[in-house]
Amino acid sequence: MTAVVTATGLTKRYKTSLALDATSFQIASGRIVGLIGPNGAGKTTALKAILGLTTFDGQLDVLGMDPRKDRDKLMEQVCFIADVAVLPRWLKVGDAVDFVAHTHPRFDRAKCDAFLARTKLQRGQKVKQLSKGMIVQLHLALVMSIDAKLLILDEPTLGLDILYRKQFYQSLLEDYFDEEKTILVTTHQVEEIEHILTDLMFIRDGKIVLDTDMDSLGERFAEVLVGSELAAAARELNPLDERQVFGKSIFLFDNVSRPQLERLGEVRRPSISDLFVATMKGTYA
Amino acid sequence: MKTFYWLVKREFWEHKGGFFWAPVVTGIVFLALNFMGIVLGEVFGRRNNWGVFRYGDMHFKGSMTPDDLNKAGAFMDMSLYAIAGIVLCVTAIVVFFYCLGALYDDRRDRSVLFWKSLPLSDTSTVLSKVASAIVLAPVIAVVIGVIVGLTLSILFALVATMHGVGLWGLLMAAHPLRVVFNMVLLIPLYAVWALPTIGWLLLCSAWARSKPFLWAIAMPVAAGVIVSWFGLMGIAGLSSDWFWTNVVGRLLGSLMPGGWLTNASPLSGVGHDDPAALVSQMGLAYHYSALASPSLWIGAVAGVAMIAGAIWFRRWRDDG
Repeated sequence: MTAVVTATGLTKRYKTSLALDATSFQIASGRIVGLIGPNGAGKTTALKAILGLTTFDGQLDVLGMDPRKDRDKLMEQVCFIADVAVLPRWLKVGDAVDFVAHTHPRFDRAKCDAFLARTKLQRGQKVKQLSKGMIVQLHLALVMSIDAKLLILDEPTLGLDILYRKQFYQSLLEDYFDEEKTILVTTHQVEEIEHILTDLMFIRDGKIVLDTDMDSLGERFAEVLVGSELAAAARELNPLDERQVFGKSIFLFDNVSRPQLERLGEVRRPSISDLFVATMKGTYA
Repeated sequence: MKTFYWLVKREFWEHKGGFFWAPVVTGIVFLALNFMGIVLGEVFGRRNNWGVFRYGDMHFKGSMTPDDLNKAGAFMDMSLYAIAGIVLCVTAIVVFFYCLGALYDDRRDRSVLFWKSLPLSDTSTVLSKVASAIVLAPVIAVVIGVIVGLTLSILFALVATMHGVGLWGLLMAAHPLRVVFNMVLLIPLYAVWALPTIGWLLLCSAWARSKPFLWAIAMPVAAGVIVSWFGLMGIAGLSSDWFWTNVVGRLLGSLMPGGWLTNASPLSGVGHDDPAALVSQMGLAYHYSALASPSLWIGAVAGVAMIAGAIWFRRWRDDG
């Protein structure tokens, strides 16, 4: 496994707050990593540091480069979509393609034209005439035509309707992602990316509090539906979380042996959103 | 180099309205006003046969003397310069606001994140904006100004023909090509002279978190007021006039075409009655004598330093 991103003691201090608190993590190549955290947890700051858009303390290695020093070189290998509305409003669709084609050494024009042919976008349209969903189609077509090693998505589907959201991730999976590429994505719509992630990182108060791949996530965490008569026994096993549904309790366990849990009730894999809520308890308190 | 070309092209796409249409519209309005003036003159002239000034009979009899023709030609050259100058003034205003927004507008609407997702260095981004301001915009203005001027010359020559003066003789007496040539050769001087204003505006544009216009105007003016105030208190060595002219004026006003003329070597006794002599004296050599003035070079160095500052802020400004 080769690491695409290696952060060691990554720290970013704003005037009034600590956005990244000596955090360390590694992102391997060929993975789709979800970076999930509550508002203000430091997600965007971490992405900005990786993209060389901000200063920081500590060590950060992205594709063998320091994003502070080699940003121009790095951006040939790294793409990002910051959020939906960042394409300049005056730009025409055709001009956008021409511009990227002539300034990005790894851009494949034929690919981009093929992507655009599947949409309703026309060369002469300006971005300001497009709907949010169409802007994202354009941005995605541009980005997917770039043969980059790392793609960073910061809330890429915010404000889109469900058709565009589904289409967005489907295109990424079908037409873009392969073992040579790595995708790092942050979003609040966890349920929608749950099935495409290979790795999961939870960030809270500037620290990575969970860093796991999806396979070991299923082994480590378990959700058990327990009847009221066994609830007390379940509580003794130190559940992360407990909630009530139809007179039964659902417990979330971290690292408790499978046979032990199966005695209590029906065991299943927790959803990321339940795990997230349990992990982030008390964040805003 | 190819990247730089596309960066400048991008500036043109974004600011086509200011760089191209503003001078074109100015030219059209100017032509229309002149045309209306000529028509008005003809109509009034014919209707009112004012006393001695019998317009209908006002035909130049015979041909002009070579000297007269020479003067008429020089007069047309001067009009060409003047018209191109007017268009350049419009462009100067456009460029002033262009520079203020160049490194700020995309931060405000966050599209800077798109540009920064491409492998473009901040240095070439900022320099492409400098090039658009001091080369692209003035060249477009000069070309449009000269086209407008030539159109107007032809219009005047036509009117003159109606009154008996040979069209071609008059046009031949003018030197439109020389005017174009001179104007184009003045652009480098203009560029060097405008550097402090461009640098200052770009610096404010890259630095300000909001309202770059206010910062860009307020800081030099406030500094000027403070200096004047100390000057009033009679502290030695501080001349507020000097400060207003050489600091405030250069930071905010150097985009004005011909601003360097106060620093050129003085014209030696030219009367206003001899346009030909005036035109020939105000040649390139006269303009470029401004190169000898320290204000030009100190300003240019300061401008370059401020552009470097703008590049630094463009790289590191973190809007949180």
